[in-house]
Order: sequence, then C-alpha cells, then structure tokens
Amino acid sequence: MSKNIIEIKNLHASVEDTKIIKGLNLKINVGEKHTIMGPNGSGKSTLANVLAGNPSYTVDSGEIIFMGQDLDEMEPDIRACIGLFLAFQYPVELPGVRMWQFLKSSLDAKREYNGQEPLSTREFDNLLNEYAEKVGISQDFIKRNVNEGFSGGEKKRNEILQLSLLNPKLAILDETDSGLDIDALKVVSQGIDSFSSNENSVLLVTHYQRILNYIQPDFVHVMMDGNIVTSGDKSLALELEEKGYDWLSTK
Amino acid sequence: MNNDKNVISRDTKLEDDNYKWGFDFQFNADNAPIGLSEDIVKLISSKKNEPEWLLDWRLKSLNHFFKNQDNEPEWANIDFPKIDFQKIRYYSSPTDKPNPKSLDEVDPEMLEAFTKLGIPLEEQKKLSGVAVDAIMDSVSVATTYQKQLEDAGVIFCPISEAVHKYPELVQKYMGSVVPYSDNFYATLNSAVFTDGSFIYVPPGVRCPVELMTYFRINELDTGQFERTLIIADKGSYVSYLEGCTAPFRKNNQLHAAVVELVALDDAEIKYSTLQNWFPGDTNGEGGVYNFVTKRGKCQGKNSKISWTQVETGSAITWKYPSVLLQGDNSVGEFYSVALVNNYQQADTGTKMIHIGKNTKSTIIAKGISAGKATNTYRGQVKVLPTAKNARNFTQCDSLLIGDKCGAHTIPYIEVKNPTAQLEHEATTSKVSDDQLFYTQQRGISLEDANYMIINGFCKGIFKELPFEFAIEASQLLRVSLEGTVG
Repeated sequence: MSKNIIEIKNLHASVEDTKIIKGLNLKINVGEKHTIMGPNGSGKSTLANVLAGNPSYTVDSGEIIFMGQDLDEMEPDIRACIGLFLAFQYPVELPGVRMWQFLKSSLDAKREYNGQEPLSTREFDNLLNEYAEKVGISQDFIKRNVNEGFSGGEKKRNEILQLSLLNPKLAILDETDSGLDIDALKVVSQGIDSFSSNENSVLLVTHYQRILNYIQPDFVHVMMDGNIVTSGDKSLALELEEKGYDWLSTK
Repeated sequence: MNNDKNVISRDTKLEDDNYKWGFDFQFNADNAPIGLSEDIVKLISSKKNEPEWLLDWRLKSLNHFFKNQDNEPEWANIDFPKIDFQKIRYYSSPTDKPNPKSLDEVDPEMLEAFTKLGIPLEEQKKLSGVAVDAIMDSVSVATTYQKQLEDAGVIFCPISEAVHKYPELVQKYMGSVVPYSDNFYATLNSAVFTDGSFIYVPPGVRCPVELMTYFRINELDTGQFERTLIIADKGSYVSYLEGCTAPFRKNNQLHAAVVELVALDDAEIKYSTLQNWFPGDTNGEGGVYNFVTKRGKCQGKNSKISWTQVETGSAITWKYPSVLLQGDNSVGEFYSVALVNNYQQADTGTKMIHIGKNTKSTIIAKGISAGKATNTYRGQVKVLPTAKNARNFTQCDSLLIGDKCGAHTIPYIEVKNPTAQLEHEATTSKVSDDQLFYTQQRGISLEDANYMIINGFCKGIFKELPFEFAIEASQLLRVSLEGTVG
C-alpha cells in the first residue's frame, strides 16, 4: 500500500473559462504537513476548492488521485466521506439549521458511507463536548444555527471543531488563519496541531508566515500564476517573509 | 441523516410520480348522479336524514349560488380552466353503512386502507394520544378515542351526527363565522356539504387529547365539500389537526371546504393542517383544486385562535385562514409554510380583522417555490375604529429554488384607528450554491443538503406544530422537494 494520500498530476483548472491552475503537480504522503503560500490571485484557494469538488470550478485536464481513487466526477459529499475535508475561507451561514443537527448529520453520513452504525445521541454528545471544549466552543454555541451571527473567529473555530469531529485523512485549510486575532490564531493552530498525526495529512493554504510559528510544516510550496514555482522546508517561509514574493518572479 | 423508520424517505417513489399516497382503493360506493341541482341537494339532505331547517339553509345557499354562478372570484394569482359545476359528483359514500358507531363496525378493508395511508385508526394514534376522525370521500368512517372524550365532556363527532345529537349548537353556530353568502365556494359548500368534524369543548375543559380529522378523496370525479365546526366554550382549550391526501388522478378534483371556529371568553383553539392533496404530475396534469374558506372568530375576551398550516399538495391552493378578533385582548396567529413545485399554484395567506380593544395578531408566512410553480402570499390586516391599541406583526419570507418559479407577496393593510401598531417584514432568498457546497463538503448528499437548508427555513413554523405532526411535516417536505436540485 502506497503511503501517499493524494497525488495531483498536471492539473489544469478554470473558473468560468478563466484558466487559473496551469499544470500543477503535488504529492502528499501520510503524516506530512504541507503549506502552500503565494500572493493573492495565484490560485491557492482555487486549488483547495478544486480538490474538494466545488462545482463552480472546472477541471480541464490532469488527475487527482486521493486515497487511491480518481476524484474525477466524484461528488463533493463522497470525497468528504472517503476522508477529504476543507476548512472554508468563508464558512457560510445556514439559517434555521442547528449546529448540533448539522454536525450529527455530517458524522452520521460519513459513518454510514464507511459501513459504520451512526453514533447514539449520547455517544455523539460526549464526543462533541470533548472537541468543543478543546477549541473553546461553549454549549450554547452548539444550540445556535450554523455560522449564523458568528464572529469571524467563531466561524473559524467552528471549522476546526468539524475537522476534529470528522477526523479526515486529508485536511485542507483554506486561509483558516486570515482575519484572526492572536488568541484565536493560537486556538486554531492548536486544533490543527492536535488533529495532525502520522495517520493523516494537512494541506495548509495561507497568505501569512505567522501561523507557521505554531504549525511546523514539513514542506513549504510557493504558488504563483497557477503553479508551484518552488518548494522547500520551513526556512523557505522565513525567506519569503523577509524578501516578499517578488524575488521569485524575477528568479 | 436518513434515520426515519417511517415509510416516507428519499427512496420513496411511485412509478411515474413521487406522490406515495396516489393509490386508490376499491370500495363499493353509493354515488349520487353527477351534476348540481335542487334534487341533488335534497338527496344529500335526505341521505343524512336532516332536519328541515338545514335543508332550507342548503336550498337558500344553492339559490344564492345559482344567482351568482358567473361571479367566480378572479382576483387570485392563479390560472385554471373554468370549472363545470355540472360535471362534478356531489355525494359519494364508500360503504353501505355510513356513520359506523364504533371501530368494530368499520369495514376492515377501510381500516387497512387507512393503515396503508399511515393513519392507523386503532392502535397507534391511541398510543400517541390522538383522537382521529377519518373521512373518506364524503362520509366520516371512524372516530376513535370516544370514551376519554366523553368523560371530559368533549364532543368530537361527524357533523352529520351532531346535526341530530346537538341541533341547538349546530344551528346556533353554523354559518355564524362564514355565512352562506360569504364567497363563491363557501356558498357552494353550504349547499352541498356532506360531512366534516364537529367539536364542542365545554367551559373550563382542556381537551385531554389532540383531535384529528383525516380527509381522503377517493372516488373519481367526486368533489369533497366538508364542513368543520369547532366551538371552544369559556376557558376551554383544544388542539385540532387535519391531514389530507387524494389518489393519483389525471382529472382535477375539487375540494371546497368550510371551516368555522368559535372561541368564547378565555378560550383557545389551535388548528393545524398538513395539506397533501395530490398536486398533479410533473407535467401539471391532474391534482386537486383546493378552494377552502377557513375562518375563526375570537368572540370572547382574552380568547385565542392559532392557525398553523403546512401546504405541500394540491394543483391549486386558494386559502386564507383568518381570524376575526372581536373580543377585547383576543389574539390571532397564522403560521404557514406553502411549498409549490412543478406546475403547482398557490395563492394563500390570511386575514386578521381587529375589532376589539388590545387585540393582537401575528403572521409568519414562508413560501417555497420550485420548478415552474408560482406562490403568492396574500394577506390582509384590518384595524377597525373600535380596535384601540391593536398590534400586528407580519413576516413573509420567500425562498426560490431554480430560476423558473415565482414568488409574490401582496399585503393589504387598512388601519382605521390611530393607536394601532403594525409591523411588516418581507424577504426573498435562494438556496445558494455556496450553502449546498458547504453542506455537501461535510459528507451530506446534495438532496439531503437541499432538504436540510429548506427545513431550516421552515423551522419557525414547524415548532408551532404538535410534535408528531412536525416530524410528518418535515418528511412531507422532503418528498415534495425530490428532484428540485442536481
């Protein structure tokens, strides 16, 4: 059994006829943490959405193999059930849909797909309480509607709560760190850190180096104009912080 | 997600339609000839062995109907071919023994039929504490839970029976809220109504169980004209539920009911409807025309009438459950979810007429449109000069699925007392692709995601329904939404 979780081969993708991703290759193995950095408009978020199967994006050519399966034409919910998770940059509000119901339905759907019985209400509550406490989410938060009236920080914590609960094989975090104050950033980073193990992988899409003070990536990739232009270890991130992205485009 | 043990699920499918109640039953039926005439009205009256005053009232209504038969209401935002009232059958009785006295006398096949419909008359509803009156075509076939109701002094019986047993009550209140001359369809109903439920709750009694009537149109070409009368005497309380289905028919069926509620001093009536008449097929063929007059009168001080409706069925719905707020400090409420899909048309809403002092009303209407359907909210809030310090809050939310459907909100507000305070809020929204993708990314299928979001939109209404009904309502919503996304 191969150790790689996901392999992206020569991926081309577009939004409404505009080509965004142009021949990207990336391989992530089990237990690895990867970071993709890059300036605005380089295609980072597009990559995250394409991997999760957002129907607003089109894959023009190339291959995405996740957990040994070709993701081509696979519905987003099936991708989620086999272990792909996307923490959204802008989590949407679902008026009238209770957090509890949403979380329980998500977990039940995933368990059902994988041939497991749904958790009993009590088992689920225990699990939920445990994780909610870890990410600093209070009980009455669970009684509210999904993301409705949540602050920016609360929305991001909610994404991390879902990450912990659904325990995917691959967690893609799309600028989860942006717009967070330092306390929230700590909580979110700790959440990602405690999720991460040698059984799963993380792909962290970020604009800023600062989250890397809390999360130690194994690989840092720089994306520009729809492709990865250079890769390295954590020192690359520090170099970027110092020099900006311009030195790469002129390299 | 899919943990409902019930028969309704996303996998429920009929051959060419998603309407699971579409089968029809083979009963021997006692049918009147097709058409409308004085003779037919007399026939209905004699079948029911009615007293003379009632026959007179029917004939007066018929006369009025004939005089005004060219004045069908045309103001509603609905479109359908003219109805030929001479091509409808006005009476059909499914058994040789109408009005059975107990469940033992009910045709076992009929009981089985109701069980198949998910309306087990005997055991289940008893266990869940709901008294059921089932009406097949024109005749009440069974009323359960009689003993307990009798002990409490609550009368719950077919109106045809009440005419004989409680003539003073019927004569006093029938037509007192909806007069026979009220509107076109109410007039027709007054002439030819066949059965319906009658409820009387004596002073100070809180009805010990939920009361339910289950309506079914079965016979071909048969109109259903039921008439329901509920009287809550001083300081009493009753919660009443009605459910309705009809078989899959290529022809349109007419349903023109009248419901009258009367709440005396300090009394409260809660009236809940789950309307699932056959909506027609996906091409807009067939389906029930649901032209219904429902009105409650808060006659006494501090009385309260609350309408909750979940309307998913019928080809055309024309219905405005209303409250006349006559008693001082009386309260009227209207909570509604109206869902239309394919070629369905709904023009529905409410009227709140403030007459007494300090009267209050709340209107919360949620309209969901999918397919090529149109959904219109039409509501009237009227404050008369006598209604000092009247209050109204209205909220109308529309949700669109796809880009071929329509939603309209038409509020009429008429205020004749300067102390009144009225609020009106309205929104229109769509289930967004972002919401669907977000939910799907968490492992939930597209159809379940759509259902979950729409269910969320309706949440405020479902919570007004009795618990079991709320579950049924949300399952009904799921079935009605099939095929609206993807």
